[in-house]
Amino acid sequence: MNHNILLIIVIACVTFLTRLLPFIAFSNQESPLIEYLGKVLPYSIMAMLVVYCLKDIDLLGRFHGISEIIAVLTVIILHVYKRNTLLSIAGGTIIYMLCVQIIFI
Amino acid sequence: MKKIIKSAFIATIPVFMGYIVLGMAFGMLVVSQGYPIYYTLLMSLFIYAGSMQFITINLLTSGASLISAALMTLLINARHLVYGLSMLDRFKDTGKYKPYLIFSLTDETYSLLVGQDTNDKRYLFFVSLFDQCYWVIGSLIGSTIGSLITINTTGLDFAMTALFVVIVVDQFLNTDKYIYSYIGFIMSIICLIVFGSTSFIVPSMIGILGLLFIMYKKEKSHES
Repeated sequence: MNHNILLIIVIACVTFLTRLLPFIAFSNQESPLIEYLGKVLPYSIMAMLVVYCLKDIDLLGRFHGISEIIAVLTVIILHVYKRNTLLSIAGGTIIYMLCVQIIFI
Repeated sequence: MKKIIKSAFIATIPVFMGYIVLGMAFGMLVVSQGYPIYYTLLMSLFIYAGSMQFITINLLTSGASLISAALMTLLINARHLVYGLSMLDRFKDTGKYKPYLIFSLTDETYSLLVGQDTNDKRYLFFVSLFDQCYWVIGSLIGSTIGSLITINTTGLDFAMTALFVVIVVDQFLNTDKYIYSYIGFIMSIICLIVFGSTSFIVPSMIGILGLLFIMYKKEKSHES
Protein backbone atom coordinates (compact mmCIF):
# COMPACT_ATOMS: atom_id res chain seq x y z
CA MET A 1 0.00 0.00 0.00
CA ASN A 2 1.38 3.41 -0.80
CA HIS A 3 2.61 5.75 1.89
CA ASN A 4 -0.09 8.37 1.30
CA ILE A 5 -2.97 5.97 1.91
CA LEU A 6 -1.19 4.58 4.94
CA LEU A 7 -0.75 8.11 6.28
CA ILE A 8 -4.48 8.80 5.87
CA ILE A 9 -5.33 5.55 7.66
CA VAL A 10 -2.98 6.36 10.56
CA ILE A 11 -4.44 9.86 10.92
CA ALA A 12 -7.99 8.47 10.75
CA CYS A 13 -7.24 5.88 13.44
CA VAL A 14 -5.51 8.32 15.79
CA THR A 15 -8.32 10.86 15.32
CA PHE A 16 -10.90 8.22 16.26
CA LEU A 17 -8.72 7.19 19.18
CA THR A 18 -8.68 10.73 20.58
CA ARG A 19 -12.46 10.76 20.37
CA LEU A 20 -12.83 7.30 21.88
CA LEU A 21 -10.32 7.64 24.70
CA PRO A 22 -12.50 9.50 27.22
CA PHE A 23 -15.24 6.93 26.79
CA ILE A 24 -13.02 3.98 27.61
CA ALA A 25 -10.61 5.59 30.07
CA PHE A 26 -12.74 7.94 32.11
CA SER A 27 -16.11 6.30 32.13
CA ASN A 28 -16.16 6.19 35.91
CA GLN A 29 -13.14 8.07 37.16
CA GLU A 30 -11.86 11.57 36.65
CA SER A 31 -8.30 12.64 36.00
CA PRO A 32 -7.72 16.27 36.97
CA LEU A 33 -4.58 16.49 34.81
CA ILE A 34 -6.40 15.31 31.68
CA GLU A 35 -9.27 17.64 32.42
CA TYR A 36 -6.82 20.53 32.84
CA LEU A 37 -4.98 19.70 29.63
CA GLY A 38 -8.27 19.32 27.80
CA LYS A 39 -9.22 22.82 28.90
CA VAL A 40 -5.99 24.68 28.15
CA LEU A 41 -4.21 22.69 25.45
CA PRO A 42 -6.53 23.85 22.63
CA TYR A 43 -5.37 27.44 23.20
CA SER A 44 -1.67 26.63 22.95
CA ILE A 45 -2.06 24.20 20.07
CA MET A 46 -4.17 26.58 17.98
CA ALA A 47 -1.56 29.31 18.44
CA MET A 48 1.11 26.80 17.43
CA LEU A 49 -0.87 25.90 14.31
CA VAL A 50 -0.97 29.54 13.25
CA VAL A 51 2.82 29.60 13.50
CA TYR A 52 2.92 26.29 11.60
CA CYS A 53 0.87 27.77 8.74
CA LEU A 54 3.13 30.79 8.53
CA LYS A 55 6.40 28.89 8.96
CA ASP A 56 7.54 29.41 5.37
CA ILE A 57 6.88 33.14 5.31
CA ASP A 58 9.89 34.87 3.78
CA LEU A 59 10.57 37.91 5.95
CA LEU A 60 13.93 38.61 4.31
CA GLY A 61 12.70 38.18 0.73
CA ARG A 62 11.76 40.89 -1.73
CA PHE A 63 8.33 41.55 -0.22
CA HIS A 64 9.14 40.71 3.41
CA GLY A 65 6.05 38.50 3.75
CA ILE A 66 3.74 41.43 3.13
CA SER A 67 1.03 39.25 1.54
CA GLU A 68 0.80 37.09 4.65
CA ILE A 69 0.82 40.10 6.96
CA ILE A 70 -1.94 41.88 5.02
CA ALA A 71 -4.09 38.74 4.79
CA VAL A 72 -3.74 37.82 8.47
CA LEU A 73 -4.60 41.39 9.48
CA THR A 74 -7.63 41.25 7.18
CA VAL A 75 -8.84 38.09 8.90
CA ILE A 76 -8.32 39.56 12.37
CA ILE A 77 -10.03 42.87 11.59
CA LEU A 78 -12.96 41.23 9.79
CA HIS A 79 -13.42 38.80 12.63
CA VAL A 80 -13.21 41.33 15.45
CA TYR A 81 -15.80 43.55 13.77
CA LYS A 82 -18.11 41.06 12.06
CA ARG A 83 -17.63 37.85 14.06
CA ASN A 84 -18.61 35.82 11.02
CA THR A 85 -16.26 32.87 10.62
CA LEU A 86 -17.00 32.24 6.96
CA LEU A 87 -16.70 35.90 6.02
CA SER A 88 -13.36 36.20 7.81
CA ILE A 89 -11.94 33.09 6.15
CA ALA A 90 -13.24 33.96 2.68
CA GLY A 91 -12.18 37.62 2.96
CA GLY A 92 -8.67 36.82 4.11
CA THR A 93 -8.19 34.09 1.52
CA ILE A 94 -9.38 36.25 -1.38
CA ILE A 95 -7.10 39.10 -0.29
CA TYR A 96 -4.19 36.67 -0.01
CA MET A 97 -4.85 35.18 -3.46
CA LEU A 98 -5.02 38.67 -4.96
CA CYS A 99 -1.75 39.57 -3.28
CA VAL A 100 0.24 36.53 -4.40
CA GLN A 101 -1.31 36.24 -7.87
CA ILE A 102 -1.55 39.86 -8.96
CA ILE A 103 0.02 42.44 -6.68
CA PHE A 104 3.24 41.06 -5.21
CA ILE A 105 4.66 38.84 -7.92
CA MET B 1 -39.30 9.29 13.50
CA LYS B 2 -40.05 11.79 10.73
CA LYS B 3 -40.42 14.52 13.33
CA ILE B 4 -37.06 13.67 14.84
CA ILE B 5 -35.33 13.78 11.45
CA LYS B 6 -36.94 17.12 10.70
CA SER B 7 -35.94 18.76 13.98
CA ALA B 8 -32.41 17.33 13.63
CA PHE B 9 -32.17 18.83 10.15
CA ILE B 10 -33.32 22.26 11.34
CA ALA B 11 -30.79 22.19 14.17
CA THR B 12 -27.94 21.52 11.72
CA ILE B 13 -28.65 24.35 9.26
CA PRO B 14 -25.94 26.65 10.69
CA VAL B 15 -23.38 23.86 10.31
CA PHE B 16 -24.66 23.18 6.79
CA MET B 17 -23.44 26.57 5.57
CA GLY B 18 -20.08 26.31 7.28
CA TYR B 19 -19.33 22.74 6.27
CA ILE B 20 -20.29 23.18 2.63
CA VAL B 21 -18.05 26.23 2.20
CA LEU B 22 -15.11 25.04 4.27
CA GLY B 23 -15.46 21.55 2.80
CA MET B 24 -15.28 23.05 -0.69
CA ALA B 25 -12.07 24.89 0.16
CA PHE B 26 -10.64 21.64 1.50
CA GLY B 27 -11.72 19.64 -1.56
CA MET B 28 -10.26 22.19 -3.97
CA LEU B 29 -6.99 22.19 -2.07
CA VAL B 30 -6.68 18.40 -2.28
CA VAL B 31 -6.92 18.33 -6.08
CA SER B 32 -4.84 21.49 -6.47
CA GLN B 33 -1.99 19.60 -4.81
CA GLY B 34 -2.33 16.91 -7.46
CA TYR B 35 -4.15 14.27 -5.40
CA PRO B 36 -7.12 12.30 -6.80
CA ILE B 37 -10.71 12.94 -5.71
CA TYR B 38 -10.91 9.68 -3.80
CA TYR B 39 -8.36 11.08 -1.33
CA THR B 40 -10.93 13.75 -0.52
CA LEU B 41 -13.61 11.13 -0.04
CA LEU B 42 -11.37 8.90 2.10
CA MET B 43 -10.40 11.78 4.36
CA SER B 44 -13.87 13.25 4.76
CA LEU B 45 -15.40 9.83 5.40
CA PHE B 46 -12.81 8.37 7.75
CA ILE B 47 -10.78 11.17 9.31
CA TYR B 48 -13.69 13.61 9.45
CA ALA B 49 -12.01 16.41 11.37
CA GLY B 50 -11.80 19.78 9.61
CA SER B 51 -8.52 21.29 10.77
CA MET B 52 -6.83 17.89 10.88
CA GLN B 53 -7.74 17.25 7.24
CA PHE B 54 -6.13 20.52 6.16
CA ILE B 55 -3.02 19.54 8.12
CA THR B 56 -3.17 16.11 6.47
CA ILE B 57 -2.71 17.73 3.05
CA ASN B 58 0.46 19.38 4.39
CA LEU B 59 1.68 16.12 5.88
CA LEU B 60 1.08 14.38 2.54
CA THR B 61 2.94 16.97 0.48
CA SER B 62 5.84 17.13 2.91
CA GLY B 63 6.10 13.31 2.98
CA ALA B 64 5.81 13.13 6.76
CA SER B 65 6.61 9.88 8.56
CA LEU B 66 3.76 7.84 10.06
CA ILE B 67 5.08 8.43 13.58
CA SER B 68 5.23 12.20 13.28
CA ALA B 69 1.80 12.24 11.63
CA ALA B 70 0.37 10.19 14.49
CA LEU B 71 1.96 12.46 17.08
CA MET B 72 0.69 15.59 15.36
CA THR B 73 -2.81 14.10 15.12
CA LEU B 74 -2.78 13.21 18.80
CA LEU B 75 -1.92 16.72 19.92
CA ILE B 76 -4.06 18.64 17.45
CA ASN B 77 -7.04 16.51 18.40
CA ALA B 78 -6.35 16.64 22.13
CA ARG B 79 -9.39 18.87 22.51
CA HIS B 80 -11.55 15.85 21.63
CA LEU B 81 -10.75 14.54 25.09
CA VAL B 82 -12.80 17.35 26.62
CA TYR B 83 -15.64 16.85 24.21
CA GLY B 84 -15.76 13.19 25.12
CA LEU B 85 -15.61 13.93 28.83
CA SER B 86 -18.63 16.18 28.64
CA MET B 87 -20.56 13.70 26.50
CA LEU B 88 -19.98 10.64 28.69
CA ASP B 89 -23.36 11.00 30.28
CA ARG B 90 -25.24 12.04 27.16
CA PHE B 91 -24.06 9.05 25.13
CA LYS B 92 -24.48 6.56 27.96
CA ASP B 93 -27.61 4.83 26.73
CA THR B 94 -27.29 5.28 23.00
CA GLY B 95 -26.68 1.60 22.27
CA LYS B 96 -25.87 0.77 18.66
CA TYR B 97 -25.57 4.48 17.75
CA LYS B 98 -22.78 5.02 20.25
CA PRO B 99 -19.75 4.12 18.06
CA TYR B 100 -20.86 6.49 15.31
CA LEU B 101 -21.72 9.27 17.78
CA ILE B 102 -18.21 9.02 19.21
CA PHE B 103 -16.56 8.84 15.79
CA SER B 104 -18.41 11.87 14.43
CA LEU B 105 -17.99 14.22 17.39
CA THR B 106 -16.44 17.20 15.60
CA ASP B 107 -16.17 20.71 17.06
CA GLU B 108 -19.33 21.77 15.26
CA THR B 109 -21.39 18.69 16.11
CA TYR B 110 -20.26 19.01 19.71
CA SER B 111 -21.40 22.63 19.81
CA LEU B 112 -24.82 21.59 18.47
CA LEU B 113 -25.19 18.70 20.88
CA VAL B 114 -24.19 20.57 24.05
CA GLY B 115 -26.74 23.23 23.19
CA GLN B 116 -29.59 20.71 23.15
CA ASP B 117 -31.21 19.18 26.18
CA THR B 118 -32.75 16.16 24.48
CA ASN B 119 -31.29 12.74 25.11
CA ASP B 120 -33.14 11.02 22.27
CA LYS B 121 -30.50 8.80 20.71
CA ARG B 122 -32.01 8.98 17.23
CA TYR B 123 -31.95 12.76 17.38
CA LEU B 124 -28.28 12.74 18.43
CA PHE B 125 -27.57 10.30 15.60
CA PHE B 126 -29.28 12.30 12.86
CA VAL B 127 -27.64 15.57 13.91
CA SER B 128 -24.25 13.85 13.72
CA LEU B 129 -25.06 12.13 10.43
CA PHE B 130 -26.39 15.28 8.71
CA ASP B 131 -23.26 17.19 9.72
CA GLN B 132 -20.97 14.60 8.21
CA CYS B 133 -23.08 14.48 5.02
CA TYR B 134 -22.61 18.24 4.57
CA TRP B 135 -18.88 17.90 5.08
CA VAL B 136 -18.53 15.02 2.63
CA ILE B 137 -20.74 16.70 0.01
CA GLY B 138 -18.99 20.06 0.39
CA SER B 139 -15.53 18.57 0.01
CA LEU B 140 -16.58 16.49 -3.02
CA ILE B 141 -18.09 19.55 -4.71
CA GLY B 142 -14.82 21.39 -4.06
CA SER B 143 -12.72 18.61 -5.54
CA THR B 144 -15.00 18.27 -8.55
CA ILE B 145 -14.91 21.99 -9.31
CA GLY B 146 -11.18 22.02 -8.72
CA SER B 147 -10.57 19.20 -11.19
CA LEU B 148 -12.98 20.41 -13.88
CA ILE B 149 -12.01 24.04 -14.09
CA THR B 150 -8.42 25.11 -14.07
CA ILE B 151 -8.51 28.11 -11.83
CA ASN B 152 -5.34 29.62 -10.48
CA THR B 153 -5.50 28.31 -6.94
CA THR B 154 -2.21 29.82 -5.83
CA GLY B 155 -2.80 31.10 -2.35
CA LEU B 156 -5.95 29.07 -1.72
CA ASP B 157 -4.11 27.23 1.03
CA PHE B 158 -4.38 30.42 3.04
CA ALA B 159 -7.92 29.22 3.90
CA MET B 160 -6.33 26.93 6.47
CA THR B 161 -4.27 29.75 7.98
CA ALA B 162 -7.38 31.93 8.06
CA LEU B 163 -9.36 29.17 9.79
CA PHE B 164 -6.78 28.89 12.57
CA VAL B 165 -6.44 32.66 12.92
CA VAL B 166 -10.22 32.89 13.32
CA ILE B 167 -10.20 30.21 16.02
CA VAL B 168 -7.41 32.02 17.90
CA VAL B 169 -9.20 35.39 17.60
CA ASP B 170 -12.37 33.74 18.92
CA GLN B 171 -10.40 32.35 21.85
CA PHE B 172 -9.06 35.83 22.61
CA LEU B 173 -12.51 37.41 22.34
CA ASN B 174 -14.39 34.85 24.36
CA THR B 175 -12.14 33.85 27.23
CA ASP B 176 -9.40 35.17 29.45
CA LYS B 177 -7.06 32.24 28.85
CA TYR B 178 -4.63 34.42 26.85
CA ILE B 179 -1.68 33.04 28.72
CA TYR B 180 -2.13 29.62 27.08
CA SER B 181 -2.28 31.13 23.60
CA TYR B 182 0.89 33.12 24.33
CA ILE B 183 2.59 29.93 25.51
CA GLY B 184 1.74 28.34 22.16
CA PHE B 185 2.94 31.32 20.15
CA ILE B 186 6.18 31.91 22.04
CA MET B 187 7.18 28.27 22.37
CA SER B 188 6.61 27.51 18.68
CA ILE B 189 8.35 30.68 17.48
CA ILE B 190 11.38 29.89 19.63
CA CYS B 191 11.43 26.31 18.29
CA LEU B 192 10.97 27.57 14.72
CA ILE B 193 14.06 29.75 15.10
CA VAL B 194 16.09 27.05 16.84
CA PHE B 195 15.07 23.94 14.89
CA GLY B 196 14.04 25.40 11.53
CA SER B 197 10.74 25.16 9.65
CA THR B 198 10.91 21.45 8.80
CA SER B 199 11.36 20.04 12.29
CA PHE B 200 10.03 22.49 14.86
CA ILE B 201 6.61 20.96 15.48
CA VAL B 202 7.60 18.06 17.72
CA PRO B 203 9.92 20.14 19.96
CA SER B 204 7.20 22.82 20.19
CA MET B 205 4.63 20.27 21.30
CA ILE B 206 6.97 18.80 23.89
CA GLY B 207 7.80 22.30 25.13
CA ILE B 208 4.14 23.28 25.35
CA LEU B 209 3.16 20.10 27.17
CA GLY B 210 6.08 20.48 29.58
CA LEU B 211 5.25 24.08 30.36
CA LEU B 212 1.55 23.33 30.86
CA PHE B 213 2.46 20.46 33.16
CA ILE B 214 4.62 22.78 35.28
CA MET B 215 1.77 25.31 35.42
CA TYR B 216 -0.66 22.57 36.43
CA LYS B 217 1.61 21.50 39.28
CA LYS B 218 2.00 25.10 40.40
CA GLU B 219 -1.75 25.76 40.36
CA LYS B 220 -2.30 22.61 42.34
CA SER B 221 0.24 23.51 45.01
CA HIS B 222 -1.37 26.94 45.28
CA GLU B 223 -4.76 25.37 45.81
CA SER B 224 -3.65 23.06 48.60
